[in-house]
Amino acid sequence: MSQRRVVVTGLGATTPIGGDVASTWAALIAGKSGVRLLTEDWRELLPVHFAARVATEPADQMERVEMRRLDRSEQFALVASREAWKDAGSPDEVDKERLGVVIASGIGGVITLLDQFVNLNEKGARGVSPHTVPMLMPNGPAANVGLELQAKAGVHTPVSACASGAEAIGYAFEMIKNNRADIVVTGGVEAAIHQLPMAGFAAMKALSTRNDAPARASRPYDRDRDGFVLGEGGGILVIEEYEHAKARGAKIYCEIGGQGLSSDGYHIAAPDPDGSGVQRAIKFALENSGLSTKDIVHLNAHATSTPAGDVAEANALRKALGADADHVAVSATKSMTGHLLGGAGAIESVFIVKALQDRLAPPTINIENLDPAVTVDVVRDTPRQLPAGDIAALNDSFGFGGHNVVLAFKSL
Amino acid sequence: MALLAADVLAGIKEIVEEVAGIPAASIELDKNFTDDLEVDSLSMVEVVVACEERFGVKIPDEKVTDLATVGDAVNFIVSAAV
Repeated sequence: MSQRRVVVTGLGATTPIGGDVASTWAALIAGKSGVRLLTEDWRELLPVHFAARVATEPADQMERVEMRRLDRSEQFALVASREAWKDAGSPDEVDKERLGVVIASGIGGVITLLDQFVNLNEKGARGVSPHTVPMLMPNGPAANVGLELQAKAGVHTPVSACASGAEAIGYAFEMIKNNRADIVVTGGVEAAIHQLPMAGFAAMKALSTRNDAPARASRPYDRDRDGFVLGEGGGILVIEEYEHAKARGAKIYCEIGGQGLSSDGYHIAAPDPDGSGVQRAIKFALENSGLSTKDIVHLNAHATSTPAGDVAEANALRKALGADADHVAVSATKSMTGHLLGGAGAIESVFIVKALQDRLAPPTINIENLDPAVTVDVVRDTPRQLPAGDIAALNDSFGFGGHNVVLAFKSL
Repeated sequence: MALLAADVLAGIKEIVEEVAGIPAASIELDKNFTDDLEVDSLSMVEVVVACEERFGVKIPDEKVTDLATVGDAVNFIVSAAV
């Protein structure tokens, strides 16, 4: 049973830079920012006037009646899952008792929660939608996708703030590895561009306030970075047991080698400057995947553009990878997509799969002056070619609470 | 204020189409909300609240289970409005 291998057979995404995987990847390689000024009046309440909204509204791809029963995060999950399922060859014939869904979100249906509270105050209890609870529950995105696909092996939602999307993929990986499922639809979504969560993040001084240049605001590793930019959307992967995928003639992108998990035990929101938790997560991910630091050629960093986080992570990478960090092309794609919170680890996993497929590491934009404290090899401004042959890449994701998740992907 | 049955039916058609996505043309007096129109229990709550707002009547929760068909709802709303 331990010999079961896990491969990626389908991808889906809806992001601030594209309505699907193809358009998102093209924009990412071209170094396009998805960050814009908000058009809502409420932006004036906040010190931050911009965010990274999805490039394509779910309304363009969904029936109106379906929309009204779904939180925006659930809409993203269905849009991206439908694309991923189709990309996997629409394997509707799979045994539903061997089909799972693991989709995370960091905050859940927070917009629904807040909108319905307004309804309660304005119209009384009768004004609260009967769909409120299924819309606000954090497991709603997974549950709706599970329902649509009739998945019966298990539908799950790990929650670990901004590590949630990666943790979901790790959980899905374990479901296949442990023989609970043969195929799992997995990833993460977030829909939290609303005045309240934004005010909360702003109160923590976590958000960039570069209101005069929104598209230049998300600048991981730049000396003058001043916080992250909130994004929305989601990424979904169809992952599958290798023999199962081969038997049905599926297109196989790459293999998921394994995951490394740890926790900091340091602070509720601040990164451990020592980075020992991150180093352990990287070590475990390599060990669990049968990889060594020599095999890693690319890393999609968590790098959210906060003053403390980016350097703590870069230091941890340097320590964990040692001299081998010199041949790791590090990309901080949040410079273009903004930070999708619970969706981040998922879209960034989609990016890694595309990077391995096209042998191309996406760029990091907006670095005007590289922070001298950053001692890893950052891919700046233009994409970089990755080597031929067997290669592997890592995806770092960390969350408030001290959660560290590292996923390892291998070419196949 | 008295309501005309035909006006109530027209209103219910609009509401059910809006809430449940069922084409108004297929909504007739003898249609059962659950079996024929496939309006689920959550959407039925939305239909009831929308009817209350639109027609200015109260539809008590214990009454809702008796409203099996569109005709039942029209009759109840017309009688409640008198």
